[in-house]
This record gives sequence, C-alpha cells and structure tokens, in this order.
Amino acid sequence: MLLRGVALLAGCFIIGQITGETLGRWLHIDANVGGVGFAMLLLILTQNELEKKGLFHKEMEEGVNFWSKMYIPIIVAMSSIQNVRVAISSGVVAVLVGVIPMLICLATMPYISKLSKKEP
Amino acid sequence: MEYITTLLVKNGLIVAFLVTGIVMYFSEWLSKTLTNKKIPGSAIAIFSGLVLAYIGGKITGGNKGIADIKQLSGFEFMGGAMFRDFAIVSTAMGASFAVIKKTGLAGVTSLIVGVILSFLAGAVIAVGMGFHDAASITTIGAGACTFVVGPVTGTAVGASSEVIAISIAAGVVKSILVTIGTPFIARHIGLNNPQAAMIYGGLMGTTSGTAAGLAATDPKLVPYGAMTATFYTGLGCLLCPSLLYVMVKIIYP
Repeated sequence: MLLRGVALLAGCFIIGQITGETLGRWLHIDANVGGVGFAMLLLILTQNELEKKGLFHKEMEEGVNFWSKMYIPIIVAMSSIQNVRVAISSGVVAVLVGVIPMLICLATMPYISKLSKKEP
Repeated sequence: MEYITTLLVKNGLIVAFLVTGIVMYFSEWLSKTLTNKKIPGSAIAIFSGLVLAYIGGKITGGNKGIADIKQLSGFEFMGGAMFRDFAIVSTAMGASFAVIKKTGLAGVTSLIVGVILSFLAGAVIAVGMGFHDAASITTIGAGACTFVVGPVTGTAVGASSEVIAISIAAGVVKSILVTIGTPFIARHIGLNNPQAAMIYGGLMGTTSGTAAGLAATDPKLVPYGAMTATFYTGLGCLLCPSLLYVMVKIIYP
C-alpha cells in the first residue's frame, strides 16, 4: 500500500513532465512548460477521484507524505549546490538585475490580489 | 584514507542525507536558542545551505557549490532537479482544487505581469549599465526572470557568453533573495493564504526560490506557490527570445 502511494506520485510526475516537455516542443522552445504544475494538478485530481470511489487507502497517503516531508531537506541540499560564489562575485549588474525587478514585481502584488477577491 | 573517500563517493546520496540531517538539526537548535524560534529552523537551514555552497565554490572554484567537493558530490543528486520536482509534486497531496480554480485568473495575470515586468526592469538596468545591443539587453532582461530563462534566451538570440553568465548570476541572485526574503516580507504583503501564495509564485517565478521561501514561511503554502511558479520559466522562455526580443530590436536595431 505504501509503495502504491509512491507509485501513484511517480505516475503523476512522469505524465506531468511528459506533458510539459511536449508542450515545450509544440511551442518550439527548449524548456519544460509547467511539467511540475501539470503533475500536481493530476495528483490532486486522481486523489479526489480515488477518494470518491473509496479506493484511496490511508497508507497510500503516507507514501506520498514521506516525500512531502523530505521536501525541506531536499531544498536545503539544493541551496547548497547553487553557484553562490559567482552570484556574489559577478558584479553590480547581476545584483541590480537580480534585486530591482523582483522588488518592482512585489509592489504589484496588492493590485493582483484584488483581482482574485473580485471573483465569486 | 583514500578508500574512505571512495566509499563516501560511492554512497554519495546517503552521505548527503546524513550531512543535510546534521545541518537541519543544527539549524533547529540555532533557531531555538538564538532566535527564540522567531526565525524558523528551515529558513536557517536553507541559508546554511547557501553558505555551504559559497564555501564549496570558494574552495574548489567550481560551479556546483558544495557538490564540487568530491566527498560531498551526492548533494548534486539529492538537490538536483529530479528529487526537487518529485518532492514539490508530492506537496500537492491535500491541496484544494477549489482554491486553485478560484485563483486561476489572478494566477495567470501574475505570471504575465511577473515575466514582462521583470524583463522590462532588467532590460532598463542593462541599458543604464551601458549595454546597447539588442541581444545583450534581451539576455540580461531574461536573466531578471530566472536563471534558466536567461541562458535559454541568450543562446537563442546569440548573446556573448559573458552576458549569459551575467544573466545566470542575476537569476541566482534573485532566487537567493526570494529564498531568504520571503519569510520576512510575508507578513507585510499578506502572504498567509493559498490565493496569495499562488500570486506570489506567479510574480516571483523562481521555482526553487519561491518553494524554499514559502517552505520557510508556512509549508502549507508551498504547493500553491510552486504551482504557478512552475509555469513561469516556460512562459519566460517563450516570450523573451521572441516577442520581447523583437520589441528590444525595434528600439535598438
């Protein structure tokens, strides 16, 4: 049962990634377009479907939960393989371009938030 | 000694689990004793990761942070795209589809605004810093999106490798800033609900930065932020070398 949960997650992951890669190819860009996003949607939808049919076992959830709890350690590992040396040493342009546009985007957040509240 | 190194390299992933565990334990302890839990342990752990990456880069002169140290090469696997994406997808378990549907329009808007505004701001800074050819301006503008959009765009429009390096660095700076900054600004921008997290993900775009920053703020928000952020790089790779490049080209032929 535990592995069935992991397998469900793996299945959603692979299908999502293939969708993202395929979409990228259709659009003629060398990138995965929303592969992770598609996989997430798929996981949410399958979980709902399985629950409705009473096929979703508690232990299956634990198989997925293990990975979601591994998430922060993985992110810590990911941080530790970033090219921080170059980011710090590559000069003013990189720092300015990394910081200022991000702050400008942040400033628009309240306006876009209003957009979501207007919807029913 | 040689055989121990060989053993550590051969079992790289397990070594990475161990070292990450130690870093996290140490970070929890720091959070409790030094900051009275005001700064979450996970935020300290992620920051420690970045410090380790800097040390690794300084010692070896490589580009893969701590993973360039042979004995710790397993970090490249544990922190690589496969595990990262797999874990991000797993956080979707239990996320509310209703919320995602409700925030759909705002999410898409935030993506478009996020990409175009980042690009324009980055491009203006590039011009201000003395770049006057369309390829360089476009590539640096793309670097303001994410550290993937920059090099993809740069390669597509034929920018110099020096400019591509700047665009990657800019993307990395952004991702680090979002990672560290999110827990601190969360309170001020109302980042405490799934809708806001989705918009935030769309505006910031950097999947690693957003996901790590949200994890340090409130792990429940991770799936929502990651959901939109994962479309950002794709949208950036789509718009920057095409529409936005043409726009820059009109101004700087």
